[in-house]
Amino acid sequence: MSATNAISGISLVGSLVTAGAHYNTVSTWLGFIAVIASTINVVGGFMITDRMLRMFKKQPVPKKDSTEEQERA
Amino acid sequence: MGLPIELTYLAASILFILGLKGLSHPETARRGMIFAEVGMFLAIVGTLLHREIISYEWIIAGLIIGSIIGGAMSIWVPMTAMPQRTALSHAFGALAASLVGVSEYYVHGAEVGTFKMAALSLEVLLGGITVTGSLMAFIKLQDWIRGTPITYRGQNVFNLSLLVLTVGMFFYLIFDPGAHAVFYTMAGMAFVFGVLLVLPIGAADMPVVMSLMNSYAGLAAAATGFAISNNVLIIAGRWMAFQGSFFRS
Repeated sequence: MSATNAISGISLVGSLVTAGAHYNTVSTWLGFIAVIASTINVVGGFMITDRMLRMFKKQPVPKKDSTEEQERA
Repeated sequence: MGLPIELTYLAASILFILGLKGLSHPETARRGMIFAEVGMFLAIVGTLLHREIISYEWIIAGLIIGSIIGGAMSIWVPMTAMPQRTALSHAFGALAASLVGVSEYYVHGAEVGTFKMAALSLEVLLGGITVTGSLMAFIKLQDWIRGTPITYRGQNVFNLSLLVLTVGMFFYLIFDPGAHAVFYTMAGMAFVFGVLLVLPIGAADMPVVMSLMNSYAGLAAAATGFAISNNVLIIAGRWMAFQGSFFRS
């Protein structure tokens, strides 16, 4: 679900145009807030998914990692 | 919109779909994430090339502030609080969509055509409901108010009449896009309706609400795409909307 949140940040695309087009002060401010809100989603969504995937990995991987490290050492 | 932008958007859309497909399996999840991230990057870069964008300072400031808040939230939020965070992020996504809609109407007003007006109204309507509805879900899940259903006498009749009134305004606007007061009233009522919609729902049923909100946020994003003629928004928004309704069923 977090990944879809990140993609839901696609509304960022619309917000960028609104914030950057500079039609007038009100629309720039609305766009600015919209950019903040959707960036929170994009960055937050991807980072949370990354955190979850790291949790997923932990169980089988530690053994592998330690053997690799031993081999390298 | 130029061909290079369209091509970037097409690539971004394909990457999103590939990315989400990859996420469906633990082994390919990592790769899927990278696809999705590259897709998002392309979509942003493509948009920045848009000829309507003339100043970048607000964009850069917004991107920085948003990244800091989003990054901080995702580092410090406990894993057990994930449902609340998801609810909150639906609220943010929908907020962005409705603000873009309001701004678009504020700038173009009565000049928008019938089709665009329908898309804009739908965007603000669904966006508004999702913002406050998701915030209510967040507050209930966070235990800031009691999670049990909050009901009062005549609730259904009241909510239903409010809904009918709001939808009535939606159709009125399609025929008379120049009615500014109606548009802003409808936007306000959408926000109120979001609260009323979630009040009688218990915290245990929140996942259903959240899938619904996910789907609404997706529809709002897709409507934004139609309103500002942006293909990547239409494709990704549709996708989210379907996925939200899928979770629900």
